[in-house]
Amino acid sequence: MDFLNGITLIANYIIIPGLTYGSQLALGALGITIIYTVLRFSNFAHGEFMSFGTMTSILLTWLFSNLGIKLGIFPTAILVLPIAILITIFYCLIIDKFVFKFYRQQKSKSVITLIVSIGVMFFSGGLIRFIIGPGDKNFFDGERFILKAKTFKALTGLNEGLAIKTTQGVTIILTILLVFLLFWFLNKTKTGKSMRAYSDNQELALLSGINPEKVVLITWIITGTLACVAGTLYGLDKSYKPFTYLHLVLPIFAAAIVGGVGNPVGAIIGGFVIAFSELFITFAYKKIFYYLLPYEIVPNGLLQILSTDYKIAVSFIILVLVLLIKPTGIYKGKVI
Amino acid sequence: MQNKNYILQLFSCMFLMLLLVGFFQSWNLALSIFNLCIISAIMSLGINIQWGNAGIVNFGVMGFAALGGLANVIISMPPTLNAWEEGGILILSGIVTFIISIFCSIYLWKKLNIDKKKKYVITSIIIATSYFLMRYIIDIPILTIESIEPAKTGYLGGFDLPVIISWPIGGLLAALTAYAIGKIALGLRSDYLAIATLGISEIIIYVLKNEDWLSRGVKNVNGLPRPVPYEIELQSKQWVIEIAQFTNVSLPEISSIIVKLSYSFLFIIILIGILILLEIALKSPWGRMMRAIRDNEVSANAMGKNIKKRHLQVFIIGSAIIGIAGAMLTTLDGQFTPVSYQPLRFTFLVWIMVIIGGSGNNFGSIIGGFIIWFFWIQAEPIGLWLIAFITSYVSDSNLIKNHLLENAAHMRLMFMGIILLVTLRFAPKGLIPEVKR
Repeated sequence: MDFLNGITLIANYIIIPGLTYGSQLALGALGITIIYTVLRFSNFAHGEFMSFGTMTSILLTWLFSNLGIKLGIFPTAILVLPIAILITIFYCLIIDKFVFKFYRQQKSKSVITLIVSIGVMFFSGGLIRFIIGPGDKNFFDGERFILKAKTFKALTGLNEGLAIKTTQGVTIILTILLVFLLFWFLNKTKTGKSMRAYSDNQELALLSGINPEKVVLITWIITGTLACVAGTLYGLDKSYKPFTYLHLVLPIFAAAIVGGVGNPVGAIIGGFVIAFSELFITFAYKKIFYYLLPYEIVPNGLLQILSTDYKIAVSFIILVLVLLIKPTGIYKGKVI
Repeated sequence: MQNKNYILQLFSCMFLMLLLVGFFQSWNLALSIFNLCIISAIMSLGINIQWGNAGIVNFGVMGFAALGGLANVIISMPPTLNAWEEGGILILSGIVTFIISIFCSIYLWKKLNIDKKKKYVITSIIIATSYFLMRYIIDIPILTIESIEPAKTGYLGGFDLPVIISWPIGGLLAALTAYAIGKIALGLRSDYLAIATLGISEIIIYVLKNEDWLSRGVKNVNGLPRPVPYEIELQSKQWVIEIAQFTNVSLPEISSIIVKLSYSFLFIIILIGILILLEIALKSPWGRMMRAIRDNEVSANAMGKNIKKRHLQVFIIGSAIIGIAGAMLTTLDGQFTPVSYQPLRFTFLVWIMVIIGGSGNNFGSIIGGFIIWFFWIQAEPIGLWLIAFITSYVSDSNLIKNHLLENAAHMRLMFMGIILLVTLRFAPKGLIPEVKR
């Protein structure tokens, strides 16, 4: 029984939050990776694209709730997601047309484009704060839990509860769906294959008649979709504040680099590696040891490897370690 | 020098704008903008020598500036004697043990001649055991120290020395950190280096926020001593009263203006000193070599230049300059607040200054620092004015108008983005381009 209690504790505090946060990071990292392989620059504005997507979802959610349209136990944001995605894609395309296109045609160094993306980051950040304000926004509605801790305790008779929030369930399911779609697109469709060819060798792809404009367009469509979904899911799960999305960029970069920049599978694995290590390293193991070990030999203290305050710093530490030990990441990059 | 006149014109325009602020808003505001402009200019000089002259992307400005701020606390605050008795020595020895073990593992890594996997295992075992040993040594003293009058001290305190010493010490602290970072990260490609330095600077801020025994963390260190007299002291001086009567300005205002002027005086000396040193360095063969490395690493390497060493050197110098500026900033604020270090305000804004001013030109960086800081502060009133102007025909009770006016303060992010994008697109060399030599 104690063993089961310990397992439940880990599931409740590490596995489910880890899967959720990992999915959000993975979606973000996928966006960054795809931009990196096809357009060849590190996009610092990706966090703001996510923020933009979330903002449109929030505004549309407000509109829909005013109109009285709801989705039952699910948050309304899921219902408005397709429209929000379209608006985000549109925004990405406008930014590309007025900003990134020029540097692509100039064949600028990737550092320059990186600095350009910082300009875009500033601009988008300002625009978002200008439209929706810097404050905290909670746009979650519907049923809060799929599985309540109390119900779980009553069902199993354990001491520890296991709670699954609706947002966590939705996040995991949507991520699986989206990743499946993305891989199907990249590997099975002709357009996806042409995109991979373009990212592999631009000149050769041009020679074989691939239209670069179309590839770029599709890249932004994918990026916009991923950014909007990742942002909205993160905002639903935690709460939306423009400021936090700026700080989300680094964990996302960490996820992309840990997995190997340019490799979609790597980005997903990287997201989960970052999420789980944040949780594992800052978790207080005391209670688990109480369940698993005899009471007397459990030492004092919380038994944390690092205090919870360092949660986000863990992702940076991993990032730095990976850059030092294996800069190519888990999967060697540059193949989508 | 290419056209001196042009540079002079730019600077006089800048001063004219500051004078206008003085006349129309207040002299206090103008002077505080001016002081921060100088600090920003020094920071952008630090980035300029790295990016403009050596092509190194350093996104860790925030971390180095914060280390400069930490130097203020360590140098100038009075020591908490109780805390030292309770276990200050223990904490320091624990940390020293950890650092020594890291050096040991680096040494072993270089000396051991076995296959790589075994090396990883050995070094990670050494580092992990020494980490837990350190935690075992320092956890309890940290708790006791942080519980000594937590509202007032709760940290180790400093050395109670004059605060001005903390400026070079801040530079030194930043330089030491830069050495460690440079040793491990400079081999990376440019955009990886950017991300790595950004990440490391975030780690530094996290440490400063959470290690209360060192910097009081989020509780902030208030009341840092000043290198200049206090307003209250000035107000009782005869000559200050005379000036106040002569200029017909209230006594509190004139005293705060005098304080700010004396800060400006100190800062200008530092700025000019650093500028002269940098100009000499960049005109010397050393500067020529740096530019050669920036323009073509392979050929510079072929000419026998040690690129790794030079990059490390310039990374340390630039970071030290940023550390000095960070220390000055904290002295000016009079308090050390780790929460206030944001990448947007420190790292990216300084980068915009360098790009706008003209990377590779020291005067450009200075003017960039002045202009961008000026607009960063003044964008808020400008934005408000702009919105009020655009919506002037809309009634005051209009919801959209009120919403816009409320959020007009955030126009400054947009302004900065647009300025950066326009410069990169239409004048990528910046306001004062690099001198062709």
